[in-house]
Amino acid sequence: MQSLPLITVTNLTMAYGSFVLQRELNFTVRQGDIFVIMGDSGCGKSTLLRHMIGLKDPAAGTIHFRETDFWAASEEQRSQIMQRCGILYQSSALLSSMTLAENIALPLRQHTTLGQDEIGDLVSLKLRLVGLAGFADFYPSEISGGMKKRAGLARAIALDPEILFFDEPSAGLDPINARLMDDLILELRDSLGATVVIVTHELASIFAIGSDSIFLDADSRTIIAGGAPHTLLASTTNSKVKKFLTRGSSF
Amino acid sequence: MEKKGTIAAVNNGAELFLHFSGTWTISSSASSFIDIQSFFTDITLIRFDSTKLLAWDSRLLVILSDIQEYAKINNISFDAQGLPSGVQRLLRLASASPGKAAVKSDDKNQSFLQTVGSRTSYLIEDSREFLSFTGQITLSYGRLLSGKAQFLRSDFSVFLEECGPAALPIVSLISVLVGVILAFVGAVQLQMFGAEIYIANLVGLGMTREMGAMMAAIIMAGRTGAAFAAQLGSMQVNEEIDALQTMGINPIDFLVLPRLSALLLMMPLLTLWADLLGISGGFLIAGLTLDISITEYYNQTINSINIRHFGVGLFKSLIFGYLVAFSGCLRGMQCGRSASAVGTAATSAVVTAIVLIVVSDAIMTVIFNILGI
Repeated sequence: MQSLPLITVTNLTMAYGSFVLQRELNFTVRQGDIFVIMGDSGCGKSTLLRHMIGLKDPAAGTIHFRETDFWAASEEQRSQIMQRCGILYQSSALLSSMTLAENIALPLRQHTTLGQDEIGDLVSLKLRLVGLAGFADFYPSEISGGMKKRAGLARAIALDPEILFFDEPSAGLDPINARLMDDLILELRDSLGATVVIVTHELASIFAIGSDSIFLDADSRTIIAGGAPHTLLASTTNSKVKKFLTRGSSF
Repeated sequence: MEKKGTIAAVNNGAELFLHFSGTWTISSSASSFIDIQSFFTDITLIRFDSTKLLAWDSRLLVILSDIQEYAKINNISFDAQGLPSGVQRLLRLASASPGKAAVKSDDKNQSFLQTVGSRTSYLIEDSREFLSFTGQITLSYGRLLSGKAQFLRSDFSVFLEECGPAALPIVSLISVLVGVILAFVGAVQLQMFGAEIYIANLVGLGMTREMGAMMAAIIMAGRTGAAFAAQLGSMQVNEEIDALQTMGINPIDFLVLPRLSALLLMMPLLTLWADLLGISGGFLIAGLTLDISITEYYNQTINSINIRHFGVGLFKSLIFGYLVAFSGCLRGMQCGRSASAVGTAATSAVVTAIVLIVVSDAIMTVIFNILGI
C-alpha cells in the first residue's frame, strides 16, 4: 500500500540570480519515507533542502506540503507548516551563547504555552532520547562534534515534528557514531511516526536507511535517477549513478 | 472543546493498572506524575492500557518516563506491553542512556567571599596576560626588524586607511567641539579679570598637551579598538587563528603587528589634526563672542605654545595609540568560542582602552610636571 504524499515538488527550478542550479525537479516524499537526496558535491543538494524548509524561494515551480502551496501561502500558514518540521543543520547550528537545555527549550518556549517545569521535563526527556542525559548545562563549545549533532537532533525533535530534515547528519562523525546516528534516525522515524528527508552522500547511510531517493546531477542540472537505493543500484543503467553508488569501483 | 488527556488507576492489590485515554499531547491539558503519585504505594507491578488513547506525543513520554524512573528506584516491575509500540521503543531509547553521565560542577550561587576571591584571582590572571601579550608584541617587533615576521602588505594598507583618513571626519567634528567647549568655559572665567586674550593660551595649551591626543584616542578606542577586537574575536570563533598557528604563521605577527603599527603611525597625525582644529574651534568662540581679532589670537597662540608642548601631546598620542591597539587585539585574541563572546570582547576592548588611556594620561601629566617639561 502506498502512503499519502506529504511533500510534492513540481517543476522546481533553483537559481542564484541568473545562474540556474537545477531545473524541472519533480518528486514526491510520502508519509513515513526516509527520503534521500544525493548527488555529487556542488550539485545543489543543500540548496534544494533550503527551498524545502523555507529559507530560499524557488525561481519557478511549487512545493506543496499536503495540499498547501508553501510559497504561495500566507506568512502565518508558512510558520504553522514550519512548526511541524524539525531541522538538523550540517553544523548543528546550536546557539553558542545558550546551554544545551536552553537551546532545546527555545522552540518549546516560542511555540507552546507550557510552564517552566513542563518544559524542563520535556528537555530532559529529549536529551535522554539522544543519549545526552546530564549534559543539559553544557555549552555547545564544551562538547564534541558528535554530541553537537545529537544535541541538534534533540532540538529538531523538540516539538514532535511530522517531518524531519537532515543536512549531512553523519558528516564529520566516526563510522561508529555515524552508524549510531543512522539507528537513531530510524528509531525516531518508527516511534514518532515522522517522515525524514536527508541530504547525504554517505553510501553506508543511504543503503542502511533510505527508502526512496533522488539523484541530482550537476552537469545536466536535473534529477537523473530515483527510487529505493537498493533497487536503484541493481537496476540503474546510468553510469554516473552506478559510479556514485559503488564509489567508482565498478569502472 | 478542550482536548484533554486522562488517566484512570485501578489497584488490584499488588498490581496497579493505569488506563490512559483521550489526547496526551503538548497542546492538551493532562495530569503530571505528582498528581498520581499517591496510587503507587504497596505495589509490585505496573501495567498499562492505552486502547482509549486518541493521540500522544512527548507529553505522554514525560509522565511515563517519570513512572519508569519511580518504578526502578522502588523495585516495582514495569510492564510496558499495553502501550503503543512507538511509546515502548522511545522509552527503551530514553532509558538506554545512563541517567547522569556528567554533571557540571559550575556553581552559580557563589557566596560574597567566593566572588571577591574569584574576581581577585581573575584580576591577577588578567594582569599576567597583559604582561605576556606585551612581551609577545615586543618579540614580534624583534622579528619584524630581523625581517622574519610575515604579514600581508595589503592588510597593512587597509588598516592604515581605516585608522587614518577614514577616521578624519569624526575626529574633526569632535576636536572642533572640544575647542569650542574649552573656549566657552575659559571665556566666562577670564572675562571677570578682563583677561579674555588668555583664551588663546588656554585653548592652545589644553589642546596640544592634553585634549587633542586624549579625544583622538578615545574616538579611536570606540571606532578602531572595538573593530579590532571583533575581527580577531570572530576569527577565533571560526578557528582561523588556530589555522594560522598550525600553518606555521605566528598570529601575533600576522594579525596584531599590522594593526598595531598602522594605529601607531596614524595616531600622531590624527592628534596634530585634532590640535589644529581644536585651536580653530577656540578662535571661533573668541572671535564671535569676545571680539578678538584673528591676528591677536594667532600671535597669542604662537607665543603661548612651542614645540615642547606639541612634543608632549605627540608622545602621549603614541602611548594612547599603542594602548588602543593593544586592548583591541588582546581582547580579540582572548575571545571565547561563541557569538556573544565576540560582543563581550568588543565591549571589553573599549572599556580597557579608555581606562588605560585615562590612567596613563594622569601618570604622564604628573611625571611631565615634575620634570618641568
